[in-house]
Amino acid sequence: MSAPEAIPEPAPVHGKAASLAVDVRGVSRVFAGRKGASVTALDSVGLTVEPGEFVSLIGPSGCGKSTLLRLIADLDTPTTGEIRVFGKPARQARIDQDYGIAFQQAGLLPWRTVSGNIELPLELHGAGRAARRARAAELIELVGLSEFAGHYPDQLSGGMQQRVAIARSLAESPSLLLMDEPFGALDEMTRERMQNELVRICAETSAAVVFVTHSIPEAVFLSNRVVVLEPRPGRIRDVLRVGLGETGARGETLREDEEFFHVVSQVRELLHGEAPAGARGVEAR
Amino acid sequence: MSQASVRQGGAGQTGQTGQTGQAGGPVRTVLAPVLLGVAVVLLWQGAVTLLAIKPFILPGPLTIADQFGANLQNVANGMLATGRNALIGLLIGTVLGVLLAILAALVRLLDEMAAPIVAAIAVVPIVALAPVLYTMYGAGAETARQFVAALAVFVPVYFNTLKGLRQVRPVHRDLMRSYAASNWQATRTVTLPTALPFVFTGLRIASSLAVISALIAEYFGGPVGGLGKSITSSASSSNYGLAWAYVLGSILLGLLFYSAALIVEKLVSRRSGG
Repeated sequence: MSAPEAIPEPAPVHGKAASLAVDVRGVSRVFAGRKGASVTALDSVGLTVEPGEFVSLIGPSGCGKSTLLRLIADLDTPTTGEIRVFGKPARQARIDQDYGIAFQQAGLLPWRTVSGNIELPLELHGAGRAARRARAAELIELVGLSEFAGHYPDQLSGGMQQRVAIARSLAESPSLLLMDEPFGALDEMTRERMQNELVRICAETSAAVVFVTHSIPEAVFLSNRVVVLEPRPGRIRDVLRVGLGETGARGETLREDEEFFHVVSQVRELLHGEAPAGARGVEAR
Repeated sequence: MSQASVRQGGAGQTGQTGQTGQAGGPVRTVLAPVLLGVAVVLLWQGAVTLLAIKPFILPGPLTIADQFGANLQNVANGMLATGRNALIGLLIGTVLGVLLAILAALVRLLDEMAAPIVAAIAVVPIVALAPVLYTMYGAGAETARQFVAALAVFVPVYFNTLKGLRQVRPVHRDLMRSYAASNWQATRTVTLPTALPFVFTGLRIASSLAVISALIAEYFGGPVGGLGKSITSSASSSNYGLAWAYVLGSILLGLLFYSAALIVEKLVSRRSGG
């Protein structure tokens, strides 16, 4: 199955490998279970993400999409294979703070205000007080929570907490955002509003995004490419290029678009139906 | 973490929810126990007067109140002496409990070594050590009482702190790792603040234990002046009303410690729910 419409490839700046935001090669992750039993969460997965590209990982539970994200973030290490982020090993990229991350749980520190939570990474990395304040105020503005800067997380709704978490992940202006079902716990209406905001934020920051989700419309609405995974063992079933225009230009009207529905049903077929012939586990380029 | 809750009120709101939120409202929750208390006291006084109960069996509340008023200075002095021992014991026991819990949380081996010892301390009737300690430190010193109080305090503070130090949520641990935060940074920004409410819960439990231990330790010897000594000496000189007045002083002292610890705990744990 091919993409409905080809969009121009971002031109590589210098050497191919160094220009990639994420380069995953032949990565497997095997979890050792009890009594010698082991679970293969990921089986020789390969994936590349261009700078500024929005890539969604979608698949049923247990397909290893969260595991893959955690490997890229170096919160876990692959059993075999290699992961490079901006040309560096994943571990080095984590130490250099090359990515920002947001999880399904907002994971805010309840004893810090909205502003204090957003300042946390800056504080840990030694930014000055005034610089922290200014950056936090900027980000709070960006996610539309200006009136709530002094509030504590337990005074905010789930959607607002998640917006704070996203602002926090953007604090150090990373060129790569890793998001693990950040809207998974939100209701449908809040979810769509958050998606619209994320599209706007991505256009403003021009960061590459790896986005894990359960939701097909969400993946299609947000992404340049949708990576469909299959479970047990976790493999890439197919990669679908979504030609719905630049991420930043996507708006509420796109949800009613004929082409949008078309891509949604394509992803749904890939997820539920039989694996398409050819192109199995490889990225169609 | 309640994702669904939308509370956008002022900063003062969070502390109260769940406390007075029951059906009756504050008037009923305060009034009901007060009425019950008044009824019990009246019934008590009525029984003592009508049935002519001898004071060595049970003095009436009026007698006790009378003695309490007449010996206010002595009762206050007793509260001060016992309270001082309890406070010193509470401070020492808390510091030791917190420090050792931090060590145990950092070094797994230490935790495994300490667990049976602390469990043994927990089951020893600590006040039973008092006679031994009096011979060690001399009957003229307060040290033995403070030591007993500190030991009694140590156990709940240690266990609660250790539990608190293990409450760090996985998402926070991941976050700190993604920030490449150092061990110390992670401890300071996440682990300790997470554990803090647990420390203060331990402190609240320990606060009344400190008073009880310091007071009971007086029964086994040592200098006079404290509440425990005063209770035994009044009772042995058949001054039952006065003995009960000192008991009333002990109750007030215990309440004072407990309420102080409770208030601190409430203040600290206000922001730990989210």
